[in-house]
Amino acid sequence: MNIALVIIFAFLLLAVAMGIRAKKGHDMNLEQWTVGGRGFGAVFVFLLMAGEIYTTFTFLGGSAWAYGKGGPALYILGYMMLAYAISYYLLPAVWRYGKEKNLLSQSDFFASKYNSQALGIIVALVGVLAIVPYIILQFKGLGIIVSQASYGTISPTLAIWIGAIAVTVYVMISGIHGSAWTAVLKDIMILILVMIIGLYLPFHYYGGIQPMFEAIDKAHPNFVTIPKQGLSISWFISTVLLTSLGFYMWPHTFGSAFSAKSEKVFRKNAAISPIYAMLLLFVFFVGFAAILQVKGLEGADQDLSLLKLSIKTFDPWVVGFIGAAGLLTALVPGSMLLMSAATLLARNVYKPFAKNATDNQIMKLAKYLVPVISLLSVYLTLNGGNTIVVLLLMGYSFVTQLFPALIASLMKNNFVTKQGAMVGIIVGELTVLYVTITSSTVGTLFPSLPQMVKDLNVGIIALILNIVAMTIVSVVTQKYSIPLAKKEATDLE
Amino acid sequence: MKLHHLLTVLPFIGVLVCIPFVNTVKPYVLGLPFVIFWMVMWVVLTSIIMWIVYKIDPANRESETQ
Repeated sequence: MNIALVIIFAFLLLAVAMGIRAKKGHDMNLEQWTVGGRGFGAVFVFLLMAGEIYTTFTFLGGSAWAYGKGGPALYILGYMMLAYAISYYLLPAVWRYGKEKNLLSQSDFFASKYNSQALGIIVALVGVLAIVPYIILQFKGLGIIVSQASYGTISPTLAIWIGAIAVTVYVMISGIHGSAWTAVLKDIMILILVMIIGLYLPFHYYGGIQPMFEAIDKAHPNFVTIPKQGLSISWFISTVLLTSLGFYMWPHTFGSAFSAKSEKVFRKNAAISPIYAMLLLFVFFVGFAAILQVKGLEGADQDLSLLKLSIKTFDPWVVGFIGAAGLLTALVPGSMLLMSAATLLARNVYKPFAKNATDNQIMKLAKYLVPVISLLSVYLTLNGGNTIVVLLLMGYSFVTQLFPALIASLMKNNFVTKQGAMVGIIVGELTVLYVTITSSTVGTLFPSLPQMVKDLNVGIIALILNIVAMTIVSVVTQKYSIPLAKKEATDLE
Repeated sequence: MKLHHLLTVLPFIGVLVCIPFVNTVKPYVLGLPFVIFWMVMWVVLTSIIMWIVYKIDPANRESETQ
C-alpha cells in the first residue's frame, strides 16, 4: 500500500465522517434535508454555490482545455464572472419567492409561478435528465483521479464503486448538511493545492510564468489566443453568453439558493465569487505547463494532463493529496446532484400523481431514491459507452432552455402563459436533442453563412426557437385565457 | 436605469465586446499573454464593480439597518 493511497483513503473517511456528523441536531424532514431548513449563513451558501464550480470538470477539464485548446479555455473564466454579475439580481428574486411560497426545488418554482403542475413535472424531468449525466461525469472523473493518483493500485471501477457508496451514505443520512460540511473540506484542499501546483510547475519547468508562455508561443505560435476559425471569437462570445445564462438553471443550484438565511447573502457573494473563480487561472497554468512536458495526449486522454504531469513531478505524498482533492471535487457536487434528482422525482414527479401521500412518505421516497439513482449512474458510468458522451453534451444545453421562462416569470407583467412556457421549453429541448444526436453545428445546418456565424455555439439556435415558440403560444393562449380569467373574476364577484 | 445597473453592464462589455480587440499574445503583462491578462483583469474588476454595486444599491442599505 503506497502513501498516496493512504492519504486518499484518509480523506475519504474524513469526508464521510463529516458528512454523517452533519446531521447532528437536525430533525430530518424534507425541508431540512434538501434546503437545510433555509438556515444557512453566508459561508455555507458561498461554499455550496461558489465552490460548486470546482467540480471534477474544472479540475481535469480546465487543465485539459488549456492543454489541448489553449486560448479558448478562457471561456470558462468569462462565463463564471458574468454568471456572478447576473446572480446579483437573479438569486435574490428566486430566493424571495421561494421563501414566500415555501419552495424546495426548481420544479416547485416553475409550478408555482405558472400555476401549473404539468409544467412542474416537465421541468423536473428536464432537470433529472440533465443531472444524471452530470453525476456520471463526476463518477468518471473520480475513477480517473483515484486510479491515477493511486499509481494504478485501485482500478477506476473500484474507485467509482467506493465513491458512489460513500456519497450515497452521507446524502441519505444528512442531505444538504452533509454536502455543506464536506464542501468546507473540499474547498480548503482545492484552494491550497491548486495554488501550489499551479505556481510550482511553471517555475520548476520553465523558470517562471512569462518564460512558460514564451516557450509555448515559440513552439505553437498564437496557441494561447482565440483562433480565427472553429473555437473563434464568435464561438467564444456566444458560448460565454449561453453558459452564463445556463449557470444558475441547474436544479441543484436552486436547492443551494433556497438554503440561504437571507437574500443579502447572494449580493455579497456576487462580489466575492469572481475572485474565487480566479483559482481557475492556476488550473490553466497546470495545463499550459503540461503542453511541452507531457506531449501527445489526444482526445479524452487530455483530461489526464494535470495528473500525468503531477505524477511525473511530485513525490507520492503530494500526488496523494491531489488524488484526495480530486475525490472531494467529485463527492461534493455528486451529493448535491443526487439529492436534487431524488427530491425532484419524489416531490415533483411522484407526488402530483399520489395526492394522498404525506410529507413523511415523500421524504422516505426521496431518501430511498438516492441509492437507486446512484446505482443507475454507476451502471451507466461503467457501461454507457458513447451514448453517455452525447448525454453529457446535452446536460448544460438542457437546463439553459429553462432560462427564458424563468426570466419571464420574474418580470412584473409576465406575458408568458403556462402553455407558452411548456411549448417553449419542449421546443428548445427537442432542438437540443436533434442537434446533439446529429452532431450538427451552425455550419452544417446553414453551410452558406459566413464563417463568423457558422462558429456560433449551436445552443443559440435552440434558445431562439424556444423564445419564438414561447412568445407565439403565449400571445395566442393569452387571447383565449384573458376573457376566461375576466369571466372567472366576474363570477367570483 | 440606475447607476448600479449601468455598472453591472461593464463586465459584459469588457468580456463580450472587447475580446476581438485584445486577442493577442503581446504585450505580456504581469507575465501573462495579453488576452489572458485581459480576462484576469476583468475577473478582478468584476469583483470590485460588484462590491461597489453592493454598496450603492439601496436594497442592501435597507436590510442592513434591520
